[in-house]
Amino acid sequence: MGKIVAVTGNEACALALRQINPDVCAAYPITPATDLMQRFSGYVNDGKVDTELILVESEHSAMSACIGAAAAGGRVATATSSQGLALMWEMLYIAAGTRLPIVMPLVNRALSAPLNIHGDHSDGMGARDTGWIQLYSENAQEAYDNTIMAFRIAEHLDVRLPIMVCMDGFIVSHSIERVEYVDDADVKNFVGKFEAVHPLLDLENPKSYGPLILTDLYHEYKRAQHEVMTKVPAVIETVSAEFAKMTGREYNLFEKYRLEDAEIAIVVMSSAAGTTKDIIDQYREKGVKIGLLKPRMFRPFPFTEIAEALKHVKAIAVLDRADSFGGMGPLYSEIAACVMQMDSKPAVTNKIFGLGGRDYLPDQAEYVIDELIEIAKSGKVKTVKEYIGVRE
Amino acid sequence: MTTKPLRLKELAKGEDRFAHGHRMCAGCGAPIVVKQVLMATDYPIIASNATGCLEVSSCIQQFTAWKIPWIHSAFENAAATISGVETMYRSLVKQGKIEEQNVKFVSFAGDGGTYDIGFQSLSGAMERGHDMMYICYDNGAYMNTGIQRSSATPFGANTTTCPAGDAIPGKLQHRKDLTRIMAAHGIPYVAQASPANWMDLMKKVQKAFEIKGPKFLNVIAPCNRGWRTKTDDAITLAKIAFETCYWPLFEIENGVTKITSKPKEKKPLVDFLKPQGRFKHMFAPENEWMLVQAQEYVDAQWERLLKDEAAG
Repeated sequence: MGKIVAVTGNEACALALRQINPDVCAAYPITPATDLMQRFSGYVNDGKVDTELILVESEHSAMSACIGAAAAGGRVATATSSQGLALMWEMLYIAAGTRLPIVMPLVNRALSAPLNIHGDHSDGMGARDTGWIQLYSENAQEAYDNTIMAFRIAEHLDVRLPIMVCMDGFIVSHSIERVEYVDDADVKNFVGKFEAVHPLLDLENPKSYGPLILTDLYHEYKRAQHEVMTKVPAVIETVSAEFAKMTGREYNLFEKYRLEDAEIAIVVMSSAAGTTKDIIDQYREKGVKIGLLKPRMFRPFPFTEIAEALKHVKAIAVLDRADSFGGMGPLYSEIAACVMQMDSKPAVTNKIFGLGGRDYLPDQAEYVIDELIEIAKSGKVKTVKEYIGVRE
Repeated sequence: MTTKPLRLKELAKGEDRFAHGHRMCAGCGAPIVVKQVLMATDYPIIASNATGCLEVSSCIQQFTAWKIPWIHSAFENAAATISGVETMYRSLVKQGKIEEQNVKFVSFAGDGGTYDIGFQSLSGAMERGHDMMYICYDNGAYMNTGIQRSSATPFGANTTTCPAGDAIPGKLQHRKDLTRIMAAHGIPYVAQASPANWMDLMKKVQKAFEIKGPKFLNVIAPCNRGWRTKTDDAITLAKIAFETCYWPLFEIENGVTKITSKPKEKKPLVDFLKPQGRFKHMFAPENEWMLVQAQEYVDAQWERLLKDEAAG
């Protein structure tokens, strides 16, 4: 068993990066991810890793340098949040379209305006369609474990795609929690050697990266990108199973909590799942058959598997820590697509919560569950989309 | 490595690392610049390329004109991208994962990708001290998208976004003095060159490759589409640009300015402006002031350069 420590999410992820020892990292400060790369910079300057750091002048250049470094042929990582991810937006598509296995912890934070440094999922959801794999983590342990697994997933020869490991800004990144580390040697062994595919540094076999492709083949390239995404779930499952063998910690595409016999369910990602589980326990004691589904892999989204896991419930509340203004919450849209595959069609509501770091408190979960009980009884949804935890 | 002798006969027999069949316009100055740069050295080169004419015309679908490893990622980040490649090389060499092979890292970008949208990325990479050479082929506008004004567009020029109209007669600002701005970064080598003075250009490239750290080379690249000139006069115009001191040839090595070639006789700027359709309106009687102002600016810049050289 690895060492048990009390650390923040950022500290745990920085340590994971030290254990993995990437060849190149790019870094640019942004709250709340700053602390992660700052700690990693300490490892670099103390000679604890072989990594060459590129301390760039913007996140756009951070991702551009990562793309150059990854195409050169080595293991690459960076980290960011919020506006930083927004500034990278253009390059995120290019990293994915070029099939470069870059690993990026994303410390989820609200997007401006108004300026806000606290946690919500607006940044990650904004990057939903970029072609990156996205894993969301409930706590520091998951963020640490997912970071280690991310390298294996991204670098898998069936995949070769960039990956974001998401954790909630401040709530996870800056809270001290119990984390069980994996031994350095075990991490090294688990992650293995980086295998370069068509590296720019192969001077004998010069490659051109980043061609112009117009109407004759672009469509086919995009289909190929879609197809490689369909291979990701199996790789995540294999890597997670191997990780479970090493650590005893089990991960799947999503987590089910008291869902097997549930009549009503909440779907929520990341740290809010923890609070929700506690409240579910309280309702279970009162005899309410409620369960939870927590997606871990948001991209690609496991539609069929989630549809299967939720098909027996009567009503579902999807909690989104992000909004698509004038549309539905992004997680809701995915779950609604799952429901469309079911013969039974459970009622689904969408609650927008916790924007800009607004605390998700037990009374919000209770409000949602009380409403779900009503919906299950009546079969009627009064308001499909609603903001909860609002100060009136 | 010994410096390659620059004898035309031998150079002509050498391997072309930028192949025929690319789809740049006939008479374009940019591929001539690329060929001269690559021909100047036998070092292995890895290049990044900003989005632009050169990029969209040299690597299309399964066809590439580049016989060297080459990467294009976006418009504004040729410097950041190659800085990543260079850093990976250093990291892998340091760790013993690959062998040191004296690789040279180069970025090619147009003036839009350099003076404007790529300026931050360029400035950052230079400040960080990467061992790389950034080469701007300066044709003085966004030619790839259809001749829009850039901050490298010369005073007076008629472009599609600053057309010579009845109220506003073309571009009213002088061009950004990027070469000096790059010199102000305190990097070891900055130079301005021209494909018409090929020996001067190639010597600068050779010199720069022997210097460790960031280098910046600004090269004039005539564009007959944007300059509204004949297809076959790119080299002639680059030569007149030098003779009129519109595009002086100089280098700034560790802060010391040296004019590498001076015209025997400084010709009037109109010699450069007259053959180009983009300056045609400046020759209308009511726009005579524009010719005066354009000449005054070139004179002032040239005087300043002479002074810098005298100061050592």
